[in-house]
Amino acid sequence: MDMSTPATRASKMKLVMVGNGMAGVRTLEELLKHAPDLYDITVFGAEPHPNYNRILLSPVLAGEQTVDDIILNPIDWYAEHNIVLHMGKKVVKIDRTARKVIADDGTEADYDRLLLATGSNPFVLPIPGKDLPGVISFRDIADVDAMVRASSQYKHAVVIGGGLLGLEAANGLMKRGMEVSVVHIGEWLMERQLDEPAARLLQKSLEAKGMKFLLKKQTAELLAGSDGRVASIRFKDGSDAPADLVVMAVGIRPNSELAESCGIHCNRGIVVSDTLQTVTDPRIYSIGECASHRGIAYGLVAPLFEQAKVCANHLAHHGIGRYEGSVTSTKLKVTGIDLFSAGDYMGGEGTETILYSDPLGGVYKKLVIKDNKLVGGVMYGDTADGAWYFSLLRDGKDITELRDHLMFGQDHCGNLGHSGINKAAAMTDDMEVCGCNGVCKGDIVKAIREKGLFTLEDVRKHTKASSSCGSCTGLVEQILAFTAGGDYSAAPTKKSMCGCTDHTHEEVRAAIRERKYLSIPDVMQAMEWDTPNGCASCRPALNYYLISTWPGEAEDDPQSRFINERAHANIQKDGTYSVIPRMWGGQTTPSELKRIAIVAEKYNIPTVKVTGGQRIDLLGVKKEDLPNVWADLDMPSGHAYGKALRTVKTCVGSEWCRFGTQDSTQMGIDLEKVFFKMWAPHKVKLAVSGCPRNCAEVAIKDVGVIGVDSGWEIYVGGNGGIKTEVAQFLIKVKTTEEVLEYSGAFLQLYREEARYLDRTVHYLERVGLDYVKKKILDDADNRRALYDRLIFALSVEKDPWVERAHEGKLKHEFETVVA
Amino acid sequence: MNHWIDILDVADIPKLGARVVRHGSTDIAVFRNAEDEIFALEDRCPHKGGPLSQGIVHGRKVTCPLHGWNIELVSGCAVAPDEGCAREFPIKVEGSRVWLDLEALAREAA
Ligand code: SRM
Ligand SMILES: Cc1cc2nc3c(=O)[nH]c(=O)nc-3n(C[C@H](O)[C@H](O)[C@H](O)COP(=O)(O)OP(=O)(O)OC[C@H]3O[C@@H](n4cnc5c(N)ncnc54)[C@H](O)[C@@H]3O)c2cc1C
Ligand code: SF4
Ligand code: FES
Repeated sequence: MDMSTPATRASKMKLVMVGNGMAGVRTLEELLKHAPDLYDITVFGAEPHPNYNRILLSPVLAGEQTVDDIILNPIDWYAEHNIVLHMGKKVVKIDRTARKVIADDGTEADYDRLLLATGSNPFVLPIPGKDLPGVISFRDIADVDAMVRASSQYKHAVVIGGGLLGLEAANGLMKRGMEVSVVHIGEWLMERQLDEPAARLLQKSLEAKGMKFLLKKQTAELLAGSDGRVASIRFKDGSDAPADLVVMAVGIRPNSELAESCGIHCNRGIVVSDTLQTVTDPRIYSIGECASHRGIAYGLVAPLFEQAKVCANHLAHHGIGRYEGSVTSTKLKVTGIDLFSAGDYMGGEGTETILYSDPLGGVYKKLVIKDNKLVGGVMYGDTADGAWYFSLLRDGKDITELRDHLMFGQDHCGNLGHSGINKAAAMTDDMEVCGCNGVCKGDIVKAIREKGLFTLEDVRKHTKASSSCGSCTGLVEQILAFTAGGDYSAAPTKKSMCGCTDHTHEEVRAAIRERKYLSIPDVMQAMEWDTPNGCASCRPALNYYLISTWPGEAEDDPQSRFINERAHANIQKDGTYSVIPRMWGGQTTPSELKRIAIVAEKYNIPTVKVTGGQRIDLLGVKKEDLPNVWADLDMPSGHAYGKALRTVKTCVGSEWCRFGTQDSTQMGIDLEKVFFKMWAPHKVKLAVSGCPRNCAEVAIKDVGVIGVDSGWEIYVGGNGGIKTEVAQFLIKVKTTEEVLEYSGAFLQLYREEARYLDRTVHYLERVGLDYVKKKILDDADNRRALYDRLIFALSVEKDPWVERAHEGKLKHEFETVVA
Repeated sequence: MNHWIDILDVADIPKLGARVVRHGSTDIAVFRNAEDEIFALEDRCPHKGGPLSQGIVHGRKVTCPLHGWNIELVSGCAVAPDEGCAREFPIKVEGSRVWLDLEALAREAA
C-alpha cells in the first residue's frame, strides 16, 4: 500500500529502509526525535502489516492477546510522519551505483542513505519432508495464523527445538488444545540460557502442565499422510511419533541475502562498525538481527534498541555515540513459569559460583562471579531480583561488600523505601507500587498494554511510577518485563544525561574540564544539544558541573537552578517557603532563639518545627517576606534547600557527657564552618559523635566522625535516606586538621567525580572504597591538592542570604508586580 | 472588548525566567524565554496548583517546580502524557513594554 506523497519531497535527502520490523522502526522513531525534517523516508516491508511487536507473538499464539493488541506503529503513524510505506513488498535488488532499491513488484526507490533492517530467517532443518504442508516455523503473524488454524483441526503437534522460541510455541499450542511434544537434541532444555538443574525444574513444571519431551532425539525425516500433509516424524534411532503440525524452532540465521547480493561484506550477518554502518559502503547502515557487530548478531530487542539509538544519531548527522556491544538477559514468557538468565550462567575456570537450590520448593538460583563482579546467573522459581542482578552485572559493579547477602536479593542489601514488601508477580492490581505518586500495579499494567510502552523511561513518563524517589524502580521493571514480555527495560550500558543529548555525565564533565567551557550555552553549542536550551534535568546538572569545575570563573546561572536554590528557601506544596537558619554543629544561643521567635511572630509564620537535623524550621513563609526574614534573623543560610552542605549533627561530647572522649560539638562546628557554602552533586550531611555510642548517628552520614580515646575515626558514604546504607571506615587520625583534610579531600573527590544527583553512597558504590583509599590515603600530595581545591572553591562563595537580605541581589526574584 | 494593561518592561523579566503579576486575587506568571518571547499563564499548574512562575524555563516550556510536569508556554497545556491546561492570557510587546489583556478577569469581576 502506498501512502500519499507530501509536497515537500525532492529537496531533502532520501532515506530508504528495508525491513519494517522492530529494530528498523525504532531507529526511525529515534531519528524523527533528533532530526524530523532531514529525510524523505521510504519503508519497504515484506510482511503485509505495519510494525508490530514480534515478541508478543507468543501470547497471541497462547490466546492471551490479539494481533491488534500488538501493533506498535499503526498505518496512521507512517502517514503522520510523511513516511512512504510499501507494505507487502519485498526488496529483491539493491543497485549501489544508481543508489536505488527495487522490490519484487517492480517498485523502485532512490536513496542517499539506506538502512537494512531485514531481521533474520528461521533455520529450517535440511531433512526430507521439510517442505510438506503443515511444517512451519515461528517467526511472524502468518506463522501464528497457521498454527491457530491447525490447532482447530488437528491433534498432534511436534515442536522441534527446546529453546526459548520452541517452548513458547509449544505452550501456545497446548493452550489451543493440542497435544504437544517437544523434540530436543540437547541433554536439557534451553541450554543456551540455562544450566542443567534449572532446566530440569523447568521441564518438570512444563510436564505438569501436560507438555511431553523427547530429549536427546535427532530428527531424521518428516513423513506425509494420505492427504499429502505431514503426519509423523521419524527419528535417527528409528522411532516415530504422530505429527499433524510440525513447528521448527531450531534457531535463526541473520537475513543477509539481499546485502550479499549487492556485494556488501557479510559474515554471519551484515558486518557493521560501531556506528552501525556497513564496512563496505558507508551510505548503507544495518541494524537488528541481520547485523553482525563485533562478531555478534543479537537476537533480543534490548540490544537492538541500543543499536537503534546510535544508528539514528549518526543518520541525523550528530556523529556522536558508539555502539559497543551489549550484555543480554532472557526471560521465558510462559505464564506461571518464572525463569531468568543472564550473562555467563554456566561458569567455568576462573569463576566462582554461589548456589541456592530447593528442588522441592521449585526454586533454584545460581550466581556466577569473577574478579569480584557478577558475570552471570540463572534463576528459576523466584526471579524477583532478576532486574537487580542484571543491573549489577551490566554495570560491572564490585560486589565484595554485598557478597554475603547477594543471594538473598536486593531487599537484604540495605534498601529501605517500601521495596521490601511486594513482588510484582504476587501483587494484585490494586496494590500500590509507587508510594510517592500513588500508582498501583493495575495502572502500570494498563498503561503498558494500552500505550505500547517499552522502557522504564516510558512507564515513568506515562504513569509517574518510580519517577520520584526511585525506590520502586526494580518493581516497575519487573512489572514491565512481566507485562510486555521480553527484557525490554535493559537500559543502555551508556546512560545519556537526559533526552536533550546522547552524551553521558562523564563525557560532559570531561569536556568542561578539558576544553574549559564556562557557560551552559557554550557546552550546549559545542556538544550539539538537541534542544535549544536543555531541560529541567540537564540544566541544573550543567550548572553544577561548571561552577564546581571552574569556581570563580564559570558564572552561576540562577535560571538553571531548581527554585529552592534560586530562592534559597524550600518551596512548599502551597507555594510558600521554609526557612532553616544554620545552627553550627546543632548548637544555638538564647539570642538566636529569641530572634527566631520574634521573626516567627512578626511575619505570621504558621509553623515552627525542630527538624531531624538539629535545627529549627520556619514553615510557610511568603516569598516576598524572605529577604526581610533573613535580615531579621541575622543567621547564616542553612542551605536546607540545596544540593549543598546541610547539617553537621553532633552530640554533646566530652564537654558534658560522662562517656565523652573528645569534644565532638566543637569538631562539628569546625567542620561546618569550613565546609559551609559547599555546593555538591547532591546534599551532603555530616555528623560527629564523641564516643562509639554514637548519639549523633554518624553511621548514616556522608561523612561521619567518631571520637575515640586515641583520636578520630572517619567513616564515609553512609546514607539515612532512600538507600539506607552504613558508612564505611576510611581512616583513623589524631588532630582536627587531619579530620578536616581527610574529610575535605573525600568530599572534593565526590564533588569532582560523582554524577549530578548521586549521593556519596551512590558514588562510592560505583567506584569502590579501594579507589577512594588509593586517591586519598596512599597519595598524600593528591589528598592535599584535593583539599586545597575545595578550600579555593569555598573561598569564592558568599552567604546567599546576606547577599539577598542586605545587598539587594536578584531583588526581582522576590517582588510581585501588581496590575 | 480588550482590556490591555501596561505591566512591565521586558528587561524586568530574567531571560529563561518569569515574574509574577498580581491582579486582584489572581497571580499571573509572565515568562520570557531565550528568544525573548513573552508568555502569560495563570500561575497555577494544572496538576496540583504549583506556582509555574517558579519553574525552570526551556524552549517554549516550563517545568513545574512541585512535581516536574512540563507545561507549554504557548497554550498553557501540559505536555503529553500529562493532561490539563493552565489558563492563558493574551499578551503583547510594544517597544520594550509588555502589555497584558485582562479582559477575561475584568468580566469575571463584573
Ligand atoms: C525539614 C526536614 C524534616 C523535618 O522536619 O525534620 C526535611 C525535609 C525535607 N526533606 Fe529530608 N528533611 C530533613 C531531614 C532529613 C534526614 C535526617 C537527617 O538529615 O539527619 C534524612 C535522612 C538522612 C539522609 O539524608 O541521608 C532526609 C532524607 C531526605 C531525602 C532522601 C535523600 C536520599 O539521598 O535518599 C529527600 C529527597 C531528596 O533529597 O531528593 C529529602 C527531601 C526533603 C525535602 C527537601 C523535600 C522537598 O524537596 O521539598 C523536605 C523539605 C521540607 C522543607 O521545606 O523544609 N529528605 N531528610 C529535615 C531537615 C533537616 C535539616 O535541618 O536540614
Ligand atoms: C515468537 C518470538 C518471541 C520472541 N520473544 C522475545 C523476547 O521475549 N525478548 C526479546 O528480546 N526478543 C524476543 N524475540 C526476538 C525479537 O522479536 C527480535 O529480536 C526482533 O523482532 C528483531 O527485530 P528486527 O527488526 O531485527 O527484525 P524483525 O522484527 O524480524 O523485522 C525484520 C522485517 O524485515 C522484513 N524483511 C526481511 N527482508 C526483507 C526485504 N528484502 N524486503 C522487505 N522486507 C524485508 C521481514 O519480513 C520483517 O518484517 C522473539 C521473537 C519471536 C519470533
Ligand atoms: S519531610 Fe521528608 S519524609 Fe517527610 S514528607 Fe517531606 S520528604 Fe517525605
Ligand atoms: S503541581 Fe505542577 S507538577 Fe504537580
